[in-house]
Amino acid sequence: MKVGEPEEFIIDGKRLDGRRVDELRPLKIEAGVLKRADGSAYLEWGGNRVLAACYGPREIHPRHEANPQRAVLRTYYSMAPFSVYERKRPGPDRRSMEISKVTRQALESVVFTHLYPMTAIDVYIEILQAQAGTRCAGITAASVALADAGIPMKDLVPACAAGKVGGQIVLDLFDIEDNYGEADLPVAIVPRTGEVSLLQMDGNLTQEEFEEAFKLAVKGCMQVYEKQKEALRKRYGGSKE
Amino acid sequence: MKHEIIADVKRDHIVNLLNSGKRIDGRGFDEYRDISVEVGINQRAEGSALVKLGKTQVMVGVKLAVGEPFPDMPDSGVLTTNAELIPLASPSFERGPPDEDTVELARVVDRAIRESQCIDMEKLCIKEGELVWIVFIDLHPLDYDGNLFDACTLGAIAALKNAVFPKLDENGRVDYKTKTEEKLPIVDTPVEVTFAKIGGHIVLDPCLEEEEVLDARLTIGYNEKGEIVAMQKGGSGTFTQEEILDIVKRGREKAEFLRKHLPG
Repeated sequence: MKVGEPEEFIIDGKRLDGRRVDELRPLKIEAGVLKRADGSAYLEWGGNRVLAACYGPREIHPRHEANPQRAVLRTYYSMAPFSVYERKRPGPDRRSMEISKVTRQALESVVFTHLYPMTAIDVYIEILQAQAGTRCAGITAASVALADAGIPMKDLVPACAAGKVGGQIVLDLFDIEDNYGEADLPVAIVPRTGEVSLLQMDGNLTQEEFEEAFKLAVKGCMQVYEKQKEALRKRYGGSKE
Repeated sequence: MKHEIIADVKRDHIVNLLNSGKRIDGRGFDEYRDISVEVGINQRAEGSALVKLGKTQVMVGVKLAVGEPFPDMPDSGVLTTNAELIPLASPSFERGPPDEDTVELARVVDRAIRESQCIDMEKLCIKEGELVWIVFIDLHPLDYDGNLFDACTLGAIAALKNAVFPKLDENGRVDYKTKTEEKLPIVDTPVEVTFAKIGGHIVLDPCLEEEEVLDARLTIGYNEKGEIVAMQKGGSGTFTQEEILDIVKRGREKAEFLRKHLPG
């Protein structure tokens, strides 16, 4: 038994933060918020505050990493020391290394890297304030930053988690649910094809629960996708679709 | 895993074979390579295992130490999983601090062990809030021929089941030279099952040549009940939603099959 674990996660059909089981936390995305970056995005998702900046295509350092066929996409996920309750030691740790890797792999399939051989496209994700679901928030912000930088892409990549708390499948876990819940399933998709570019899971789910949670997460991704497009339209204008 | 320089023709060759229903090493699409698991192969470790998965070889050592519990779990032991991709095991492994592949391997194996709650952590409490057992799992590939996830998870659970406590004296010091009869409290046996997607085909247990050319990878951890306890998608490519639901179903019986290779 963990210290601080709530007795119930869902009371009268409402979650501890007042949401329905299939409801996202409030999500706001803004594109083009930084002057120096080639592209950027700021995102508020529940209690998460995330900045993403894209630099490139630009000269690659160290040079031996250059690929003569395509640009090298590099993603860096990082948490500010003050982004969590107990100060996080600055710099990369094992968790952030893994998240950086899966973030890159979630985005690589949509970026037309073959257009820019011998270059680097760097995406920096900074978690300024965390309330669970930061890898999904990071991927969501990163793809808006890539688009804002004018990097040709097949699609944006929205990400959203589903999970299980108190025996119930829910969308978009916040920190209490994430800490004491039974499962967390972050998913990222390529909406135009419906394909899945990020999938992780920890906890415990039966086959049936997995199917339900997976489909719910995909639905969540589609809602996030609308917010991403809205942010880009607001920045650049253009037609509704 | 590590990308070794490989000609496009090799990928074409592997995909062409798959198109005609064949794999480069002659296996069926849903077939594991030969598996062997030996335990108790190291006298210094509290528990140990050597797993062979085809030509892939992994040694896993479990060491036990005593230390303080985490403040939020005062009556619970501590689990630490670490991997080392030593240059002895592959020309593509380099010396130096752990890279992202190494970290991912350790974390994905850890996920299955931790989330299945296969170690009864409360039984590792010596004095609440002060002293608990710390379990170190060290994953040590010796020969890398693909699919380290499944081999390492199998080795980890085998080594855990093999582990016995060393003697603890009255001052809370560990006497590593004297082992007790008492086994680690292991209550489940999670395993991981990895599929690769190559040119639209889904194959089980990718060998090195397949791993080098795969589009995407999906590793799933199952407990004894067949419930899912861990997942990790890898690779730059994607899966369709149907493929994922299908793989999750197919993996379950493969997990059963893997588990049969664990000694007693």
